[in-house]
Amino acid sequence: MDPVNVINLVLAGVLTGLVYGLMALGLSVIFGVVRVVNFAHGEMMTIAMYAAVVLFATLGLDPFLAVLPVAAVFFVLGYALQAGLINPFITRPEHSQFMLLVAVALIMVNALLIAFGPSARSVQLDYLLESIEVGPLLLDRGKVLAALVALATSALLFAFFKLTRTGKAIRACADNYLGAKVVGLDVKHLYALTFGLGSACVAVAGCMMVLLVDVTPVLGPAYTLLAFVIVIVGGLGSMTGALLGGVLIGVSEALAGLFITPSAKSMFSFGLLILVLLLRPQGLLGKKT
Amino acid sequence: MSVLLEVRGMSKSFRGLRAVTDASFDVPHGAIRALIGPNGAGKTTCFNVIAGVYRPDNGIILFDNHPIQNLRPDQVCSAGIGRTFQLVKPFAALSVVDNVVVGALQRASNVSAAKKQAAEIVERMGLGPKKDQLASSLTLPDRKKLEVARALATRPKLLLLDEVMAGLRPTECDQMVEFFREINRADGLAILLIEHVMRAVMALAQHVIVLNHGEVIARGTPAEVVRDAAVLQCYLGEEAEV
Amino acid sequence: MNRAHGLLALLVACLAALPLVANSYVLSVATLILFFAYAGQAWNVMMGFAGQLSLGHSLYVGVGAYAAAGLYFHFGLGAWAGIWLAIALCVLLGAAIGFLAFRFGISGVYFALLTIAFAEFTRIGFDHIQWLGGPGGLFIKVEHRVGWDLVNLRGAPAMFYYVMLALSAAAFALCAGLLRSRAGYYWQAIREDEEAAQALGINTFRWKMLAVVISAAMTAVAGVFFAFYYNNLFPEQIFHISRSIEIILGPIIGGLGTLFGPILGAAVLTVLADGITELLAALGWEFPGVKQVFYGIVLLAVIMFLPHGIWPALARKLGVGK
Repeated sequence: MDPVNVINLVLAGVLTGLVYGLMALGLSVIFGVVRVVNFAHGEMMTIAMYAAVVLFATLGLDPFLAVLPVAAVFFVLGYALQAGLINPFITRPEHSQFMLLVAVALIMVNALLIAFGPSARSVQLDYLLESIEVGPLLLDRGKVLAALVALATSALLFAFFKLTRTGKAIRACADNYLGAKVVGLDVKHLYALTFGLGSACVAVAGCMMVLLVDVTPVLGPAYTLLAFVIVIVGGLGSMTGALLGGVLIGVSEALAGLFITPSAKSMFSFGLLILVLLLRPQGLLGKKT
Repeated sequence: MSVLLEVRGMSKSFRGLRAVTDASFDVPHGAIRALIGPNGAGKTTCFNVIAGVYRPDNGIILFDNHPIQNLRPDQVCSAGIGRTFQLVKPFAALSVVDNVVVGALQRASNVSAAKKQAAEIVERMGLGPKKDQLASSLTLPDRKKLEVARALATRPKLLLLDEVMAGLRPTECDQMVEFFREINRADGLAILLIEHVMRAVMALAQHVIVLNHGEVIARGTPAEVVRDAAVLQCYLGEEAEV
Repeated sequence: MNRAHGLLALLVACLAALPLVANSYVLSVATLILFFAYAGQAWNVMMGFAGQLSLGHSLYVGVGAYAAAGLYFHFGLGAWAGIWLAIALCVLLGAAIGFLAFRFGISGVYFALLTIAFAEFTRIGFDHIQWLGGPGGLFIKVEHRVGWDLVNLRGAPAMFYYVMLALSAAAFALCAGLLRSRAGYYWQAIREDEEAAQALGINTFRWKMLAVVISAAMTAVAGVFFAFYYNNLFPEQIFHISRSIEIILGPIIGGLGTLFGPILGAAVLTVLADGITELLAALGWEFPGVKQVFYGIVLLAVIMFLPHGIWPALARKLGVGK
C-alpha cells in the first residue's frame, strides 16, 4: 500500500467531504433553527443534481454556472415549502411534521423516478478530467473545484449569519422562539427564509455533487440519511460541525473503500451514527441542550 | 406527631447555579405545611428533589424513616408521595376518569378495581359530570382539580402541591382549601404546598417554611412568619395577596 | 356497543367468505391488505399506544423472514420452527434497541433516526452474509401449491389468505385486550406525558421496553409469513426504508392508536393505489413509482387535513366507539 496513494485517497475524501459538508450545512441550518426534521433533504439534493444534468443537456450550461439559477430557484421553493406547508402546522406534535416531510420525500423520489427513469445520469466535462499535481500528490480537478465552491458557499453562509442583521435575527429565533416573537421578529418569515437558505445550500451541493457521482433517483434517501449522520456526528446547531462531519464522513468512506469492501462503507456511517446518538448526542461540536 | 418527611442539609446546583443550599425542614404525619418564597427561591427545585426528578448534591431525604434521595420518581410515588406540577400535565387524549384510573392503578390490583376507585375520587373532587370528557377540553380550574385527583388516586401519605391555587378565582381557591382541609382531617393525608396565594397559605398551613435564594430564612406559624423581619425584607416590593 | 359488534361480525363474515367469490388477483390484493393491516397493527403498539416512533420496522420483518427462510433452506425446518427463532431474535433485537435508546434518553426524532440506522446497518450487513444468499437473494423451493400444509406454510393462495386473516384477527384481539389492560393505560399515559406518568408511579422504562418487544415479536411473525408467501428474499428489498414506511402508512392514515385504524388505512391505501395504477395503465401511463407518489400524496393530505386519521371521523359517522 503506497503511502502516497493513501494520502491521495484521503485528500479525495476530504474534497468530497466538503461537498457533503455543504449539504449537511443546509440541514444543520434548517434543523438547528426551524427545528424541522427535513426528511426530504437528500431528495432535494437529488433534484438539484438532476437540474444540473438537465441544464447541461439542454442548454450546455456548465454546472459551475448553473449553480446560481438553481440555487435561486431552490431558495424560492424552500421558502414556499416552509411558508405553505410547514409553518401552518408548526404547533403540531413533532412526529406530525416529520411525517409531513416523509410524505414530501416520498413524492419527490418517485416523481424523479417517473420523470427520469432509474438509470444513471451524469455530467461529462472534459476539463474536469484533468488532474492537478501538488508535489507527489495527485488531485482530481473536478473534486478540487467542487470543494472550493462548497467552501465559498459555506463562507458566504457563515458571513450571512455572523454579520447581517437578518442573520442575527434568525439566530435569535433559534435560541429563543418566544423571546424572538416578543421582541417583534416575524418568526414565520424568518423560518421560511432559513428553509430557503438551507435549500439553496443543498442546491449548490447538488450541482457540485453531480460532477463527482452519477445521479439516480434512489440517491435521495441515502443522502438524507447521510446528511443526518453528518449533522448529528458533527453536532447540531454547529455550522463548523457540519463541515467537519462532512469531511470526516468523506474520509472514512474513502478509507473504508480501501480497507473493507466499498459497499460496506455506509455501514460504518450508520455504526458511527448509533454510537454518537448513544454516547454523545450533541455531536463533536454541538451544544448540549 | 412523628415526622413523615425529613429533609436534612439538602443542596442542589445546576451547572454552577446554586438552586438550593443546605435546606432542612420536615413534615410531621398528618400535618399541612407550606413552602413559600419569592420567585426563583428554589421551591420547585425542592419539590423535584423530594419527588426524585433530581438527585441532591448533598443531604438526606427521609420518608417514613427510609432514605429516598436516590429513588426514581416512580419509586418515590410507590413509597407514598404524590405530586402535582406547577404547569398542569393532563393526559390530554384520555378522558377525565381515565386520567385518574392511571393514578389508581398504582395501588389497585386490576383495572376494574382502579376504575371503581377512580370514579369515587372524580365524584369527590366535583368532576363527576365531566368524567367522560377529554382532559384537553377542561378549563384550567378543572385541570387543576384533575391533577390533584390523579395524585390522590395513588393513595399517597404525603401530597406535594405545586402552586395549585394559581389562576383560581377566590371562591374556587376557598373551595380547594376546604377540600384539602377535609381530606387532611378525614384521611390524615399530610400536605406540603408551594404557594404564592397567601389567602390559601394562611387558611391551610399550620407551619410555614420560607425560602429565599435557595436558603431557608425563616420558619414558624403563618402569623409569625408574615411579621418576620427577614421575610418582609425579601418580599419588599413583591405583591402578596393577604 | 351492539352496533359496533354487529358491524364487526359483518366484516368478519365478508372477509371469511372472500376466497369463495374472488379471483386470484383480488385474493392476492386482499392478502396484501391483511399483511399491512397486521404489520401496521404491530407497529401501532409501539407508536400509537406507547408513543415511540420507529421508522426501522423493516428490521424485524427482514430478520423474521430470514430466520425462518434460513432454517427451511439449510435444515428443512418448516415455518413451525422458524417462527420461534424469528420471534426470539426479534425480541432480542427490539430489547437491545429499546434498552440502548431508553437508557440513554433517546426519544422522538432521535429515536426514529436510531431505528433507521439499525435497519440500514442490517440491510447492508445482510448483503454480505453469503450463507443467507447475500445480495443475490435467498430462494425457497415452491412445492405442492395445492392442498394446505399449515405447519410448513406451503399451500394454495387461499391458505395464505386465511392465515393472514387469522393473524390480523388475533392481532386485533390482542391489541384490544392490551388497550383495556393496565398496559394500555400506562402506555397511553407515557405517550401523553412521560413525566406525569412517572409521578404516578409508572416505571416508564420497563413499560416502553414491553411495547417495543411486543411490537418486534408481532412484526417477526409477519416476516415469517412474508418469507413463505413470496419465497424469495433480498436484503435490498426487505430491509429497505421503503418497507418501513409502507408499514406505517396504514396506521397513520387510518388512525394512530386506534384498533381499526391500521386495517382501514391499509385497505383504503391498497385499494386506491391499485385502482389508480390500473386506471393509469388503461390510459397508457405505466410508470414505476406512480403508486408511491400516490402514497405520498395521500399521506400528505391525511396529515394536513385529518391528523387523527380516517377512522375517528368515520367512527363518528357510523356511531361507534374506538
